[in-house]
Amino acid sequence: MEYSVRIGGEAGQGIQTISSILGKVLVRTGFHVFTHQDYMSRIRGGHNFTQIRFADRPIACSRRQVDILIALDQQTVDVHRGDLAPDGLVIHDSETIGRKYDRPEFIDVPARRLAMETAGKRLMENTVAAGAASGMLRLELAPLEKLLSQTFAGKGQEAVDGNIAAARAGYDFVLNNCPRCAFTPATSEPPARRMLIDGNSAVGMGALLSGCRFYAAYPMTPSTGVLNFMAGQSRRHSLVVEQAEDEISAINMAIGASYAGVRSMTGTAGGGFALMVEGLSLAGMTETPVVIFVGQRPAPATGLPTRTEQGDLLYVLNAAHGEFPRVVMAPGSPEQAFYLTGKAFELAEKYQVPAVILSDTYLADAGWTLDGLDAARIEYRDHRLRADALERLERYQRHAFTESGVSPLAEPGASRHLVVTDSDEHDEDGHIIEDAATRIKMVDKRLRKKLPLIRAEMEPPRLYGEERPEIVLAGWGSNYGVLKEAVDELRERHSIAMLHWSEIWPLPATDRYDYLAVLRRARRTICIENNAGSQFARLLRSETGFQFSNRVNRFDGRPFLLEDMLQEVGKIIG
Amino acid sequence: MAETVDFEGQQPAWCPGCGNFNILKSFKAAMAELGLQPHELVVVSGIGQASKLPHYTMCNTFNGLHGRTLPVATAIRLVNHDMPVIAVAGDGDCYGEGGNHFLHAMRRNVNVKLFVHDNQIYGLTKGQASPTSGRGMVTTAQPAGVLLEPLNPVALAVAMDAAFVARGYAGDRLFLQELMAKAMRFRGFALLDILHPCITFNRLNTYRWYQERVYRISDSHDPSDREAAFRLALEFGDRIPTGVIYRNERPTLEELVPVIAGKDPLVHQPFSRAEAETELKRFY
Ligand SMILES: Cc1ncc(C[n+]2csc(CCOP(=O)(O)OP(=O)(O)O)c2C)c(N)n1
Ligand SMILES: [Mg+2]
Repeated sequence: MEYSVRIGGEAGQGIQTISSILGKVLVRTGFHVFTHQDYMSRIRGGHNFTQIRFADRPIACSRRQVDILIALDQQTVDVHRGDLAPDGLVIHDSETIGRKYDRPEFIDVPARRLAMETAGKRLMENTVAAGAASGMLRLELAPLEKLLSQTFAGKGQEAVDGNIAAARAGYDFVLNNCPRCAFTPATSEPPARRMLIDGNSAVGMGALLSGCRFYAAYPMTPSTGVLNFMAGQSRRHSLVVEQAEDEISAINMAIGASYAGVRSMTGTAGGGFALMVEGLSLAGMTETPVVIFVGQRPAPATGLPTRTEQGDLLYVLNAAHGEFPRVVMAPGSPEQAFYLTGKAFELAEKYQVPAVILSDTYLADAGWTLDGLDAARIEYRDHRLRADALERLERYQRHAFTESGVSPLAEPGASRHLVVTDSDEHDEDGHIIEDAATRIKMVDKRLRKKLPLIRAEMEPPRLYGEERPEIVLAGWGSNYGVLKEAVDELRERHSIAMLHWSEIWPLPATDRYDYLAVLRRARRTICIENNAGSQFARLLRSETGFQFSNRVNRFDGRPFLLEDMLQEVGKIIG
Repeated sequence: MAETVDFEGQQPAWCPGCGNFNILKSFKAAMAELGLQPHELVVVSGIGQASKLPHYTMCNTFNGLHGRTLPVATAIRLVNHDMPVIAVAGDGDCYGEGGNHFLHAMRRNVNVKLFVHDNQIYGLTKGQASPTSGRGMVTTAQPAGVLLEPLNPVALAVAMDAAFVARGYAGDRLFLQELMAKAMRFRGFALLDILHPCITFNRLNTYRWYQERVYRISDSHDPSDREAAFRLALEFGDRIPTGVIYRNERPTLEELVPVIAGKDPLVHQPFSRAEAETELKRFY
């Protein structure tokens, strides 16, 4: 069993309110929910929508076909009507959208009138709509009422009562006026306690649990959610969040904070990352741990600011002058985002390198249902030398040559030892030098010794489906969910599997799991990416020589929906 | 108690006779005068001749990128507000490449001391015009002379209502040392613009040129009088005032950020995983 609800309207009409209420209620009722957003870059007007798909089993992507369309404006009807399932329904308020539809699939819910009648506030028409959708789905009212009282508790009893009354009005209205509502979503499971979490919040939670104490950023979609999340946390935890004057400042601040002795992070999108690139190189040269969140969106330049793309992979891998190791993680779900943020912090500090978490708009905003996140699985070890352990050292050199290439990282000011580092090539003490011998030894230490150690820490791609597949759907980052569900759909008829990379760089070795052998054995290997240039395919080819037999690319700024994916893959495998 | 010798660092690689030598001397003497130990302070510098200073003394050092001293220094101070943090930069470094950071550092009023070695030229890159170069100055990159109005950092700082604005001169070493100590003792962001000749590339602003113009501001000047400060700040020609030009004490950023205001420095606050974990609840 599964249904999809799409809510469309102009920016500022409250799409977000309806969808977050509905999403949470469905999770609390016991369903698995997947939400995704499609927004324009404007504050008012335009056309935006949110989609909520829910099922009685775990789900990982959005579908094109919708069962209930909640149209807050005329445009939503025009744009999305074609996606309606054969027995799908459209909820609208003919008074708001200014048009009556004389067709059985159109349910006219007088949301505005009901909001005025019950709560005296037009604004609550969104709550009426959420109530109406719950009624159509024959959900119980109790979870909705509980959620509304929790959500509006901060705004006083009047707001709570008004919202509950508005929700009930919508709910009752459809029970009495929608004879066609035949949705039977009843779940047999007893409602489990599950989470609904989006990619950006998962990154933020991962950072918080990794001991991130300093976050500096300049707002840019789709990374702003991480800034907002961290700023919210800074009121309750020992965390300083600073909005920098630009991204150049943001990364230099993060590096300064790390030098001073705390775990630090910055976040941006491709354009802002371009400004950070010199700072990335600085982190490489000074061997300062720093974590950089990069949310991809369609580019070049400003591109499509609120839409999604995987166009910055090779850029993030190659950005910055000079040679130094870096870590690049590309999580495919909020769950992966949480754990890989933890791993990014751990590797950044253990090896004193910059680590990038490469996400995109789709993952940033998509909400996934999880059984939970295990904080204990995020390793937290303080790799810095502090206080007594530092004071006891006879001698301290920030960039001392060692077997592993990793020098001791000390907190400045915590002992009599000086902590000196330089963006110029430097000696073991951290002082500027120009001699060739030291230069060679420093490059060996920074790059050649550390790189294989970091590579050994990287997990190979995840195989899902047939163990020895004839067809491989390959991908990275946010395509994880849709590839997984595509495999589920195609498994009955094909020997097929997904190979998904979320730990991208250094490219994982094949000794623990020979993913190259899986690829070489397969009859068809299809690399699926949200970009025009098949960047991952190019990376794998340049690193391993392996060439995919087919490529699927989407670069219209929209994510792959399940039907699109099946259609594209179908064209290739028949 | 540390002495000046404790701040002796590597042999400077500046041109013999460079104004930077006096600045370095004043710096070491001022730090000793303040009773600081080398490990108790952090110096952040950028790239340029000026920015090599931390290597020539003893201190915790972050010698970062050209123009980026202030963001690094700001963050260090936010993480450890028990440690004095000094940013050392050149005029190109701070007013050109890092101009935006300069503006916002003044707004933030983080307790960082900014010492700008202002030789009115790009020294390290061999003599191009800097933002403070005078009009008409001929260089290899400006063969027709500088066509732009010079930037007046001191006037800009007064206009920005910066907390502490002073100008020093490398040729008046003891007064410079005094100004450095004053800036260090001040509670808040302090700009100390330090005029000094680049004897190799700047043929216009020589020792003699400065000597004829630079004077110490009289004791009767009230640095809290913004209008008087602005008048002094605009004086840059036949006469060039040095000393504390403007002072506007107000709460520093560290005193306002709730997590650290009146508390232990961030770096010494305990991190509680258990508390962080409770935040997962909100997603259920
Ligand atoms: C991003 C960047 N651009 C340019 C340079 C080259 N560069 C190094 S120092 C400098 C200017 C130096 O002038 P100033 O800051 O006044 O310092 P001075 O040498 O005069 O003390 C320039 C342009 C650089 N290192 N980095
Ligand atoms: Mg200069």
